[in-house]
Amino acid sequence: MIFFLTSFVVSVMAASTPLLLAATGELVAERSGVLNLGVEGMMLVGAVTGFIVGHYTDSAALGIVGATFGGAALSAVFAVLTLTLLSNQTAAGLALTIFGRGFSSLAGAAFVGIKGPVLPRLSIPGLSDLSFFGPTLFGQDALIYGSFIILAMVWWFLNRSHAGLILRAVGDSHDAAHAIGYSVTRIRFGATLFGGAMAGLAGGYMSLAYSPLWAENMTAGRGWIALALVVFATWRAGWLLVGAYLFGAIMYLSLYVQGLGVAIPSALISALPYIVTVVVLALIARDRRRIRLNQPACLGRSFAAGT
Amino acid sequence: MDRRTFNTLLGGGLIAAATPLSLRGAAAADPIKVGYVYLGPVGDFGWTYQHDVGRKEADAHFGAAQTSVYVENVPEGPDAEHVCSDLAAKGCKLIFTTSFGYMNYTLAAAKKFPAVKFEHATGYKRADNVSTYNIRFYEGRFVQGVIAGKLSKSGVAGYIGSVAVPEVVQGANAFMLGMRSINPQAKLKLILINSWYDPGKEGDAAKALIDQGCDIITQHTDSPTPLQVAESRGILAFGEATDMAKFAPKAQLTASVNVWGPYYIKRIQDVIDGTWKSGDVWGGFNAGMLKMAPFANMPDDLKALAQQTVDDISSGKNKVFVGPLVDQSGATKLAAGQTMDDGTLSGLQWLVQGIEGKLG
Repeated sequence: MIFFLTSFVVSVMAASTPLLLAATGELVAERSGVLNLGVEGMMLVGAVTGFIVGHYTDSAALGIVGATFGGAALSAVFAVLTLTLLSNQTAAGLALTIFGRGFSSLAGAAFVGIKGPVLPRLSIPGLSDLSFFGPTLFGQDALIYGSFIILAMVWWFLNRSHAGLILRAVGDSHDAAHAIGYSVTRIRFGATLFGGAMAGLAGGYMSLAYSPLWAENMTAGRGWIALALVVFATWRAGWLLVGAYLFGAIMYLSLYVQGLGVAIPSALISALPYIVTVVVLALIARDRRRIRLNQPACLGRSFAAGT
Repeated sequence: MDRRTFNTLLGGGLIAAATPLSLRGAAAADPIKVGYVYLGPVGDFGWTYQHDVGRKEADAHFGAAQTSVYVENVPEGPDAEHVCSDLAAKGCKLIFTTSFGYMNYTLAAAKKFPAVKFEHATGYKRADNVSTYNIRFYEGRFVQGVIAGKLSKSGVAGYIGSVAVPEVVQGANAFMLGMRSINPQAKLKLILINSWYDPGKEGDAAKALIDQGCDIITQHTDSPTPLQVAESRGILAFGEATDMAKFAPKAQLTASVNVWGPYYIKRIQDVIDGTWKSGDVWGGFNAGMLKMAPFANMPDDLKALAQQTVDDISSGKNKVFVGPLVDQSGATKLAAGQTMDDGTLSGLQWLVQGIEGKLG
C-alpha cells in the first residue's frame, strides 16, 4: 500500500511540474501588465531546443539551459512586437503560439524518434531509500525541486522585495509608474523574458525528463492550462502551487481511474482537466472582489511613454 | 471572388507550394510510379516508419523498374483526398494510403481516377480499384500475453490503448487470452488515452498502470515513452510496431514488428503484370507480415516457448480466438471448440473476462 501511495504521489508531482514552471513565469509577466497567450508556443520551442541541445551535447543539464534560452528567445519576439511596436497583446500572443507550434515541428523534424539524454533523478544516499518520504522527497528529478525553489523566490520577489513592488506598480498603473521615473517598457521586457524562459524550462522538462524524446506538439495543451492557472490563483504565487498540483492530479487521475475499471467513458475522462478548468474559472469569476484585488489593472494594455 | 473560388485557389496554392517539398523521387517515362500516403513523419519510429521500411524494400526489389513518392504528415481528413488526387494526377499508378482514417477519402479519390489502383491499410471499404490490406496484429499480442503470463509476479498486466477500434479490442483480448493460457487467474488493466501519439499521456498511462500493480505493460500507441517509463521504474514491457529496444534495453521483452514490404512488392508486381484485382488481405505470422523482435530479458526456456507459440499460430494449430470465450459480464460469446470467423473478429467490440477497463 505504502508503495502504491508513494509512486502515486511521485507520478502526480511529475505531471504537475511543467504546469507549475510555465505558470510561474506567466504570473510574473502578467503582474507587470503583460498578457502573453503564447505560453504553449514558447513551451514547444523550449522543448525542441532543449532536446536538440541535449542531443548534441549529450547532457540533459545543458539541454535544460538551451530550453530556457529557446523559450526566452521566442518571448523576446513577443516583447518587441507588443512593447516596442505596441501591437495588440492578445493577437500577438495567439500568433506566438501558432508560430511556436509550427517552428518547433520544423526544427524538430529530424529529431523525431531519436533517443536523447534523460535528466537524472537525484539520489541522496540513505535518504532516497526511506520507505515513503525517501522517493517522494529525495528521489525526484532536480527540476521538481527547482520548481519549488523558483516559486518561493518569485513569491518573495513579488511580495517582499522592493523590485517586486515596482514590477507590480508597473502592472497596476503604468502611467503612475512612468510618472515617478520607472521605465515601464524595460521592466515589462524583463518580465516577459522571464515568462518565456520559464515556459521554455517547462518545455525542456517535457522533452528531457517527463517523456524524454521529441514529438510534434508534445505539450498537448499544457501551456493553456498554465495560463488558466494564473487566473485560477488570482495572480498569487501560493495559490499557483495549489492549482498546479490540483490540475496535475486531475490529469493523472483521469488515466488512473480507467485502470480501476470505473465505468466512465474514456473520452469524458480525457476531457476532464479542461472541463475542470472551465468550471473553476467560472466559479472564480463570481467573486469579482477577489479578482479586482489582485488582477493587474493594466493587464494586456499597451504603454507608450509620452502619450 | 466568392468564397468557394477563394478556397479552391487557396487549397491549390497550398498543395502546389507543398508539393516540391513533400514529393520525393524522380519522374521517369517508363518505370511505374507508386505513391504512399503517411499519417506521421517517416521518423516516428513506429507505425509510419515501418511503412517506409516497406517502401524502401520495394524500391530495392524493383530497382529502375519502379519509382516511389511519399507524402508524410497527412491528416486524416479532407486533405488526404487532395493528396491522393495529387499523387494520381502526377502519374502514380498505385497508391497506398496507410491509415484507417483515410478510408472515405481514398474511396473518393479512387472514384475520380478509375485507372489508378488504390490500397487502403486497415480499412474495410473496397471498390473495383480499391483494395484493403491489414496485419493480424492480435497474433503478436497473444505471444506477448504468453510471455507476460510466465513473467508477471503480480499476475496483473497493463495495456495502453488508443481508441476502442476493433484492432485495439482484438489486441487487448488476444493478450488476455495468451496470458490466461499460462495463468488462469491473470488480469489485464486497460487504459484508453484517446490518441495514437501523445508521449506525455502515454507515459502517464504507463505510470498509472504501474502504480496499480501492473508489472508488465504493453502499448497500442506509437511512441516509446511507455517503454522508457517501464525502464526507469524497473518493470518489463513490449515495443509497438517496431523494435524499440534502443529506448529500453532492459525493459523490452520483444515487440510486434509490422512487415509491409513483401505485400507492397507483390501488389506492385501485380500492377506491372496487369493482374491486379481488388481484394482484401489480412495476414499475420504465416504471411510474413508480422514478426516478433528478438526475445530478450527472459530465460531461454521462455524464449523457446514464445517461439513455439509463434510457430503454432503460424501453422494454424493455434487460432487465438477459440471458444469458450467469455466476456466481462460472464456471458459466453463463443462456444467451446468454435473458432471466431474473420467477419466477427474484424468488428469485435467486447472484452474478454479478466480485463479491467471499459470500451468507449
